[in-house]
Formats: sequence, C-alpha cells, structure tokens
Amino acid sequence: MINILKNRLKKGIVTKSISIDKVEIESLGRELQSAIKKKFGRSFHIREVDTGSCGACESEIIATTNPIYDLQRFGIDFVASPRHADALLVTGPVSKNMALALKKTYDAMPFPKFVITLGNCALNGGMFKDSYYVEGGVNKVVPVSFHIEGCPPAPIDIIKGLLRFVKS
Amino acid sequence: MMNTALIQSFDRVMNELYIEVKKEDFKNRCLALHKELNSPVMMMFAEDDRKENNDFKIYCVFLDKAARQWTIVKTKISPESKKFEALSKDVYSASIFERQIKEMFGIEAEGAIDLRALSLHDEVWPKGYYPQLKDFKIPGHDNLKSGYLFNKIQGEGIFEIPVGPVHAGIIGPGHFRFNVAGEPIINLETRLGFTHRGVEKLFEGKKIEEAIALSECISGDSVFAYSVAFCNAIEKIYGIEVPYQSQLLRAIFLELERMYNHVSDIGGIALDVGFSFCANYAAIIKENILSLNNELTNSRYLKGVNGIGGTSKKLDDKSRILLINSLISIEKDFNELKNMLLSNASFMDRVEKTGILRKKTAEDLGITGVVARASGVPIDLREISSETYKDEGFKLIKHQEGDVLARLNVRVEEFIQSLNLIRRFESKIKYVILGQAQDDTCLKEGFALGYTEAWRGALLFWVRTNKEGLIERCKIVDPSVHNWHGLTFAVLENIVPDFPVCNKSFDLSYSGNDL
Repeated sequence: MINILKNRLKKGIVTKSISIDKVEIESLGRELQSAIKKKFGRSFHIREVDTGSCGACESEIIATTNPIYDLQRFGIDFVASPRHADALLVTGPVSKNMALALKKTYDAMPFPKFVITLGNCALNGGMFKDSYYVEGGVNKVVPVSFHIEGCPPAPIDIIKGLLRFVKS
Repeated sequence: MMNTALIQSFDRVMNELYIEVKKEDFKNRCLALHKELNSPVMMMFAEDDRKENNDFKIYCVFLDKAARQWTIVKTKISPESKKFEALSKDVYSASIFERQIKEMFGIEAEGAIDLRALSLHDEVWPKGYYPQLKDFKIPGHDNLKSGYLFNKIQGEGIFEIPVGPVHAGIIGPGHFRFNVAGEPIINLETRLGFTHRGVEKLFEGKKIEEAIALSECISGDSVFAYSVAFCNAIEKIYGIEVPYQSQLLRAIFLELERMYNHVSDIGGIALDVGFSFCANYAAIIKENILSLNNELTNSRYLKGVNGIGGTSKKLDDKSRILLINSLISIEKDFNELKNMLLSNASFMDRVEKTGILRKKTAEDLGITGVVARASGVPIDLREISSETYKDEGFKLIKHQEGDVLARLNVRVEEFIQSLNLIRRFESKIKYVILGQAQDDTCLKEGFALGYTEAWRGALLFWVRTNKEGLIERCKIVDPSVHNWHGLTFAVLENIVPDFPVCNKSFDLSYSGNDL
C-alpha cells in the first residue's frame, strides 16, 4: 500500500495537453463539453467492434484511455454493450465471418446512432481489399458517418478525430 | 536409427534438412522424427504443384534443437486421391494443421481426430471451395446453413455459456463456449477464424517489397517480428548474409517490441484482477516505449523499418543517446511496477495457482513461447536463430509452475533481460549497412523457412518464390495457433471470473491465428 501511495505522489500528473490547430485542448474541451451535453446528454459513449483488424488499431484505441492521453476527460468513454452506446467505432476490413456480427451489433444500438470507422482497412479493405474473404469496407454493411484515417492512427489523431466528429 | 532405405531423397538448404519419402512412409517417418527429436509438429502444410509436376506436396516440419536445424519431411500425393495418413491420433500437435490442409486444399488426412473447418465458417462459405488451390474461384452465396458442431457436455446442473464473437472489451473477435458445473469450468471450446482475411492467398503473386508491407499488417502487435521472419525466408532463398551490424539493429527492435508487449500484458493481468493503479502504471511504461519507437523510427509499431538484408533505418548518435536514456527511466518505472505487484498479497492470491498448464500438456500440444517457458518447456528460438544473442549472454528464462504467476514472472524477467540485451547490442553498434531493394537481376526461384522468436513465441514463414521473383506460396504459423489450444486446458477447474486473467496471461493473437 505504501508503495502505491509513494508512486502515486512521485509520478504526479502525466497527462499530455493536446492542441488542435494551435488551440489548446483544455479550452476546446470546454467548448466540446457543451456540445456533447447538448447533443448526447452529458457524455458520449462508444462501442468498439473489430471486424478483422490486425490489432494495431485496437492497441491505439486502448492507448487513448491511458493516463497520458486520458480521453475520458472530454466526456468520451468506451462501453461494453452496444445498448449503452451512442456510436460504433469499427476497425478492420470486415471479414465474411464478422459481417453478420457487425450488423447485429449495429441493430442492437438505440437511436440516434452513428458509425465511425477507424484505420485504412475499415475504409475500403486496405491491404486486404482483394481477398476472397473480406467485404471491403464497413460501409458495405452499415451506414458510416465519419472516418479516422491511419494505419494505425496515433492516439492523438484518434482523439482529434473523435472531437471533430462530435463538433460536426 | 532411421531406415534410410525408405528415403527417396535428402536435400539440405542452409539449416533446413528436407527428407522426401513415399506417401505410405510419411506417417511413420514423422512419428519417428517426433520421438527422436522430441519436437512437436511445428508446422505442416500443403502446396499445390499441379501445374509443374501434377501433384500436391505435404511438408511436416520438426525442430532439431541439438543440431540447430529444421527437419522437414516431404511427400507427394496425386490430385486424384487427395488423401494422406493422419498424424493427429499419435501426435496431437498435428491436428490443427490437418484441419487447415483439409479446409484450404480439400486434401483429407485419413483417420484424423478432427477435420472441422477453422476459418471458413459454413454460415458464409459453401462446401467444396478450397481457396488455396491455384484454380480457385470465389463462390456465390446460396442457402448456407451452419453445420458446425461444438462438443456437447451434458448432465444435471451443467450450464453452457456462449461468449462472442463481439466481446465486452476493446479486443479481437472470437467465440468461446464454456461448460460449467457450478462455478468451475469443466470444458472450454474456442471457435476462431472471425478475423480470417485470406492472408496466405494474398501473398501469392506479390513482389517482395509489397509482401514485406503485407507481412507487417498481419498481427499489429508483432509487426517487426513478422517482417523479420518473412525477410529471413527471402534472404535464405537469395543467399544473402545479413551483416552483423544489421543483425544487432534488428535484435534491438525485436527486443523493444517484446518489451512493450510484455509490459502491456503485465498491466493487463493487473487490470483483470481489478488492480487498476498498476494497470495504468504499466500503460504509462508501454506508451513511453511506443513513443520511443516513434522517435527512433517514425513508427510506433516499427512499420516500414525492416527490409531485405537489414533494416532500412539506422540509429544515429542522437537516437542512440535517446535510446539509452529512455531505457534508464523505463527500467526505474518497471522496477516500481514489479515491486508494487509482487508485494501485494491480494494480487498474489489471485494469480498464484490460477490457470495451471502442465508441462506434459504443453509438450503434447506443441505450445511455444512465454507460455511454454512458464510450464517448464525450454523452447526459445533466440537460442538457435543467430549468434547475436548467444554472444551477448542470452539465457533462456524458464519457470516450472505453469500458472498465471509463472507466466507473469517469465514476462517480468524477460523484460529486464531485454533491457540489458538492448544495452549490450547498442554498445556493439559501430556502423550500419542498410538493407537494399533487390534489383531484378538477382531475383531467384527457391524456397526457405524463415523464423524468429516473436514476443509470443516461435513465428514461422515458409516461402516459395517463382522465376519472376514473385511469391508462389507462403505458409505462416503464428505462436497463437498452438497456444490457443493451451488456454482451453489451462482454464479447466478454474472459475469463470478467472477466465479473463487466464486469457490475458496467454495474451494470444486473433488476427495472427486466423490469418
């Protein structure tokens, strides 16, 4: 216990400040909070679905919630069930085996609902678009409202992308 | 000793020994080698050679640790029969490969214990279409029904819990089916293949440069290991010797990859027993290593760093100072993390004697990597891959208990060893010869087995190139292929709430397994 306390104090705050187009995130965050409050009621909840990604996108999404990027400070969080989600964050080129699961997850969400794709594979199949076993992009299965590009996009880019989405 | 009269031909390519036998002798030869070398089936695969020689070939690969070589039994089968004698009744580690061969080529292992499809789920894929045949055409969809049979466990008070493919966390998709009697799990069956993207087929016809890029997109947490294993195969075909200085650089990046993944797993284990402070502490260390990767190579996951004959990035003086300085703070943080975890009684209570995988089971299943070493099986390809490791004092780290704590301890000790190895490698770097794109004149026809010890375990690539220098056949075996089976044994008699921590202590790849 003493170790934990000691390390807690020693480490201090590691969270990075983030700026978009030279606007500090903290002020942007306030603006966003009001946008989120208006549009989604207090907070914005996301359900993540992997439809055949290599796992790098997942790793970066998880990184956005670490103490350095701390996505939760903007009122955005990841949830375990599509029934609790405002948006679906989808990675991967959509393998044939995952097409139905993706559709069912989407159908399980309450209205209003949005789909955000993340990573080059999710846009059009990326490296895997010529395969016999991929649908080639999430928009072949469910309607998509926003895309965050990269292979994989860095945590900062994911956060910026999500903030842009909420603002739009 | 071996009865040499039955052997049709011997063929040696670098450290690969190919033994060609008649179809009738294939099984016996494999069983004899399995016993003699004390090696599981590391890899078994088929090749469609109907165009050139009007036959199919089956290869079965064993590791000869003592001789530091690969022994490969090879046989031909005719396109009319499309059958060979199964090994799985005698050598369990062959089972998964027999299923793959049946699924991808329609070649049947007669007498196999299991021939159900792995990746091509019958809900979306009609029967009789084998994607890795050279004359394969994409089928249309019509009237598909699920015929996949899970093992049924029945009895009073036994419940079935289906989980997945979409899980609660931010993680790959897979289906788990638990049978429980009260709290304890009495059976677990996994059905994977949800991330199948037809990777091996996609390799066919690719140029080398394109193929390296593809190899980096297979398993996102083992990017560098995949490119090293693939390049290793190509270098063997071309007869390119990787200079010592470039080997050092590759080893540094391999160890950095091992470090960020090991610390991520340690944090994951803490998280799955509800110890969130340590989980976040580990996440900070992981992030620091990823940022270091980014500063050194412009890629957090080391993409685009490797090439044929060596790495395409070098470490300049500034990067080297950054590397060494970063290691100091990473080591300090890591030691704090280790102390917090191992001195916490309630944490230790959750991980000790949880999810035990016995040594005998691990050997029978052909388990590799961290999981094998935590169960007392001494296998680590860094011992045989190159002299680089041996010279710098690499020692295989092994524990006997086979529980979550043993796997945690192997990771902790390997993390510290990796730190020290990187320091030693770095001190040996004098200059670096960069890998170069090969011009067309040296494109060569051939085949070879590339391999490396990825952070999860043994990663193998068997590659054949054709006259134009394009990939003709590429077979990949990720360590997860064997290790997923290990998980289904390790969780037995544990309670369902301990499944996440058992699973995390294995930390297996969905995308590397499903390909």
